[in-house]
Amino acid sequence: MNPGVDDLKAAFPIFASAPRPFHYLDNAATSQICRPALEALLRFEGQERANVKRGVYRLADAATRAYEQARSRIAAYIGASKPREIVFTSGATLALNMAAHLLEPRLGRGDHILVSVAEHHSNLVPWQMAAERRGARLTALAVDREGRIRIAELERHLTARTRIVALTHISNVTGLITDLRPVAEAAHRVGAVLVVDGAQGPPHGPLLVRELGCDLYAFSAHKMFAATGAGVLWIREELLDELPPFLGGGEMVARVTIPQTRYAEAPRRFEAGTPPIGPILALGAAAEWLMGLDWTVIRGRERALLDKLLHELSRLSGVRLVGPCESEGRVGIVAFVVDGVHPHDVCQMLDQLGLCLRGGHHCAQPLMDAFGVEATVRASLAPYNDEEDIDALVEGLRWTIRRLR
Amino acid sequence: MSEELYNRQILEAARERPAAETLADADVRVDKDNPLCGDRVRLELRLEDERIAQLAHRTRGCLLTRAASAMVARFAVGYGLEEVRLLRRAVERILAGEDPDPRWPELAMFRPVAGIRSRHDCVRLPFVALAEALEGAAARTQDCGSASAED
Repeated sequence: MNPGVDDLKAAFPIFASAPRPFHYLDNAATSQICRPALEALLRFEGQERANVKRGVYRLADAATRAYEQARSRIAAYIGASKPREIVFTSGATLALNMAAHLLEPRLGRGDHILVSVAEHHSNLVPWQMAAERRGARLTALAVDREGRIRIAELERHLTARTRIVALTHISNVTGLITDLRPVAEAAHRVGAVLVVDGAQGPPHGPLLVRELGCDLYAFSAHKMFAATGAGVLWIREELLDELPPFLGGGEMVARVTIPQTRYAEAPRRFEAGTPPIGPILALGAAAEWLMGLDWTVIRGRERALLDKLLHELSRLSGVRLVGPCESEGRVGIVAFVVDGVHPHDVCQMLDQLGLCLRGGHHCAQPLMDAFGVEATVRASLAPYNDEEDIDALVEGLRWTIRRLR
Repeated sequence: MSEELYNRQILEAARERPAAETLADADVRVDKDNPLCGDRVRLELRLEDERIAQLAHRTRGCLLTRAASAMVARFAVGYGLEEVRLLRRAVERILAGEDPDPRWPELAMFRPVAGIRSRHDCVRLPFVALAEALEGAAARTQDCGSASAED
């Protein structure tokens, strides 16, 4: 199956049911679910529901096979070397918190964690907490005036005490893509591991996670056209067996006695309890469907839409882009402010016209501080967006400015 | 919905400048943040006999928060803790979609916000700041009273 990009809206049920006009531009927060993912979720919960990993009856065995098939599909989508590198979680936030707990034993008093000012709170707060628990030090790479992480300052931060570097793959505010390869090389030179917040990565197409050079990569299903409630922590195979489990419970054990427990092999040792089976199957279905799309065409189209969006916004009087004005080195995520109108008021007005955009600090308050703003409006694109969405946004902004300024 | 939400009264109230943004001799100062958007209200009060003698606020926020701060500034001088609590309840009534308390008919401007759950905290923020400021002052007075009695 290789559907053309022109009928992509048809693959997302919400576009047939939402009251019109409907222009969904909040994909960096949550994207819409594609039909294959929704069907997988409903099929499992309605017809094929059973727990995984333990039951021997046919229904349970089929559920286990589907669950492991989803793992394989997701591994293929992100270019993992083996399915066992895929650890299922409830979302990117849990995946990053899990990463912090898995790596915490490596931290001693005075050791160092490096993050950046551009991080989503999910890739900052867990590291602050780990640093506090272990008496470690946390510093952050600064950003330039357009929000680019100052990779050139990496060497100044890294020391022999740096144990963890945690950076975003793609900023959820500016859409800027971090050049991770040199970061990985520098981190590895000092013996640190590189953890990547990939929440905004997989929604923009298949990737080759091993080529990024990182060691752990976290992302969520609900931004990748699947259901809410599932996520992934990819762990480089070389690390898998070194890391201790995080949550204890059923399914993650090999043998339990009163004095002690022997843990299961990875990835099961990291998946305590019943996982979110339906959402994971949906994610597997989404990954397989996405793999069948022509991403050269989709990426080209997203780039053209991003160019149009940037061009139109930069021509609007009273609108100021927050982040770069060009489409180079980024995906379709654009933050902006309307002078004299609060982002929430902008978004509330746009809602009147069927435009769904996010206003606020986007869980990136240090980045907002760096930009010198409290909050922004954010438009974020997905493959189903088209020129009509951009035109409607520009017209909506003109109307909002006339009404509220 | 937004047309009604951003009614004339809200727009006008949001444009009201506070008489003062800060007080040199404030007895109480409270900062309240809206975690959703980072909006912030800083409220300063000068008290006489446990009642608000003077109020200053600096509000950095959306139209709803700014309009709510203007209402706080308009109503609160002369109020003690009891009136402030009643005012808080009156705001909750409006946000629950009920009729405004006849003591504060101006609060009716916030009626359209009742249907938009995600914006309730924008309206609440200044009123919560006011209640916390006065409750904090009352608690301190009580502590000092207890300490004096024990002394």
